[in-house]
Amino acid sequence: MHPWLAFICFWKILFGKKVPAELAIAAPVPAPALPPAKPAAEKPAAERPADKPIEKPKVSAGAQHREGALALLAILQREARFVDFVRDSVDGASDADIGAVAREIHRGCSKVIDQYLKLEPVMPGDEGAAVTIPKGFDPAEVRLSGEAKGDAPYRGTLRHHGWRVVDAKLPALAEGVDRTVIAPAEVEL
Amino acid sequence: MTTKIIGIDLGTTNSALAAAGDDEPAHALAIPQVVGPGEVAEQATLPSFLLLPSDQEVAPLQLQLPWSGPLRYCVGTFARDRGAELPHRLVSSAKSWLCNPAIDRTAQVLPFRGAQRELEEAMQGGERVSPVNASARYLAHLRAAWDDAHEDAPADEQDVLVTVPASFDAVARELTVVAAREAGFAKITLLEEPQAAFYAYLAARGDAWRRELAPGDVVLVCDVGGGTTDFSLIEVAEDAGNLALERVAVGDHILLGGDNMDLALAAVVQRELGSTGSRLDAMQQRALVHACRRAKETLLGDGAPDKVPVAILGRGSKLIGGTIKAEVTRAQAEALLVDGFFPSVGAGAKVERRRAAGLRELGLPYAHDPAMTRHLAEFLARFGRMPTAVLFNGGVMKADRLRARVVELVRAWAGRDVRVLEGADPDLAVALGAAHYGQVRRGRGVRIRGGTARAYYIGIESAMPAIPGFAPPVKALCVAPQGLEEGQSVELPDDELGLVVGETATFRFFAAATRKADAAGALIDADADGIAELDPVEKTVEAEGERKPGELVAVRLESHVTEVGTLELWCVARDGRGRWKLEYSVRERE
Repeated sequence: MHPWLAFICFWKILFGKKVPAELAIAAPVPAPALPPAKPAAEKPAAERPADKPIEKPKVSAGAQHREGALALLAILQREARFVDFVRDSVDGASDADIGAVAREIHRGCSKVIDQYLKLEPVMPGDEGAAVTIPKGFDPAEVRLSGEAKGDAPYRGTLRHHGWRVVDAKLPALAEGVDRTVIAPAEVEL
Repeated sequence: MTTKIIGIDLGTTNSALAAAGDDEPAHALAIPQVVGPGEVAEQATLPSFLLLPSDQEVAPLQLQLPWSGPLRYCVGTFARDRGAELPHRLVSSAKSWLCNPAIDRTAQVLPFRGAQRELEEAMQGGERVSPVNASARYLAHLRAAWDDAHEDAPADEQDVLVTVPASFDAVARELTVVAAREAGFAKITLLEEPQAAFYAYLAARGDAWRRELAPGDVVLVCDVGGGTTDFSLIEVAEDAGNLALERVAVGDHILLGGDNMDLALAAVVQRELGSTGSRLDAMQQRALVHACRRAKETLLGDGAPDKVPVAILGRGSKLIGGTIKAEVTRAQAEALLVDGFFPSVGAGAKVERRRAAGLRELGLPYAHDPAMTRHLAEFLARFGRMPTAVLFNGGVMKADRLRARVVELVRAWAGRDVRVLEGADPDLAVALGAAHYGQVRRGRGVRIRGGTARAYYIGIESAMPAIPGFAPPVKALCVAPQGLEEGQSVELPDDELGLVVGETATFRFFAAATRKADAAGALIDADADGIAELDPVEKTVEAEGERKPGELVAVRLESHVTEVGTLELWCVARDGRGRWKLEYSVRERE
């Protein structure tokens, strides 16, 4: 088996990408019936709604997400002190103190996202502007609120443009490393 | 399938990888590397750091790569980051050690500890490597990354271009080739970094460069990286109706770069923090240096804000309230970084050289004068040429304010306009240019001529009666004039040299970058202007055949610049029975 596989599969599963059949056999983690969705990056934005398979992912066991989710948390902690920040109490702290920390957390989190993920709005356009939702839209991509009268197209106001991961180049994870340690205890000698 | 071209920028603080093919333009390749414990990700560059931890410090399982099992060493991002906490296990600036004649560069001296005895004890027999081996490990990582991604095109079958500072002498170049072979590359060619940056400009501009440059133009390549600064001049001439390029001058090896600027800014901020009672530990200091690098980049850019806040998070898990706040103002950055490192000086400015202390610890010969502009003025004055255009390279020269200062000064020195050429991404240009040079060598594009940047000499003791207390004066015999091109050889005219069979013949070896007029066979004083001593060259001629131990073999010298780009010196028996290559001796000298 090529060692890359041991590294890669956790991430594929975490982000719901398809593991090709020939990889799935050799993968260290059993890769059961995963949805035949194409990796998001391969889909040109224009043809997304039309050719998207109707079949939606089946619910998969949480254990498969575990390694990847823990690793992502470790990265956010390492680069942005994310866990420290959300575990700390903000009650009674001044906005200036929180702000000074938030600036650093923001920078670190941005760095992680910039490095590993490419994000773009699901619906480009100004929030607050009038939009038309075409026939055959994907309810997973556009969440309607209020009463939809009749069939699409619908006219409405864009409240949030949404986010889509168009590319995920995530770190490969070595097998056998205990991921439950999000951050090791630091001891200075 | 045709052979591919691999371009490698083996940098002092960051290395980069690029590729090209016959019909495939040069492009950068991301480099997979350990970025966290047990995490491997692709990054645009490979930080040139080698971490050699004990198993208690970092578990080998956490260092494995997609192409390896558990490892007891690590190069790249994680080596740099984790190494900051384990400085006694961290090798950095291996390239600067590679060209430091004060140490034996094939001996296991890194991590360098100098006279610090406690560190010696802290290592407890931990692994150490030679500067050559450290460089080989960075190169081996790049080779393995390439092989992993190109199963059908193994790296040892591809043309590999490795860049070296223009200031590297024949010995440092040879050692770079040794490292590249050790790393598993086979078809190796060397290229000077400023030339590579220029090739990247040529590749990026396509044919447009022929309109941007004209015969008579002299381009200054100003390459300021994290740890080193390198200057070269490239002249544009006309050859049979076509534009021809020639590298006409290279500067000295200056150990001064962006890292010095970040440290300087951090020291100022730290002093201010100290006055408010805040103290930083070692890791916070490092965070401060990083923060200062970001502040530098913001404050020296166009449209910079008046100040940039700097926050250093507390070490413990409680962040709020434990964070140290400071700010860096634009005025501070301008005063310290622009006026401190790039002061406005005249064309005749000289680098300030502090007298070396009587007892100097062995270490890297860092530049004492932080003023880049004085180094530049001295370089240009030495060669008596003022550029008509500037090509910037290296991360530091991304800063608009610093570019503006350099251009403003060169204009003032030259007394006329000086243009700025827009090159490729300064972080990747050298690797890209190296890959493009591989194409040029296959006949696709213009080649920069230039040959060897230095003239080389061997020491000949002059025949004088011995005077007690005086070493006999040494003459330097020019064995390779400046400008010797790849593939060219020079035979020395008759001279009286003899090798004794069975004994090691050692010659002192010198180089000069400013003695263009010396032809092969010229005999000058070894302490003449511009001459610097390198490691000696030596050869043991074994007794074999008719040659008996003790026999004196009359030889003449021949020098040859290999296709790889290294200089070879040969002793050729005048009776036609044998030729021997002189080897560079990089052992420590007394």
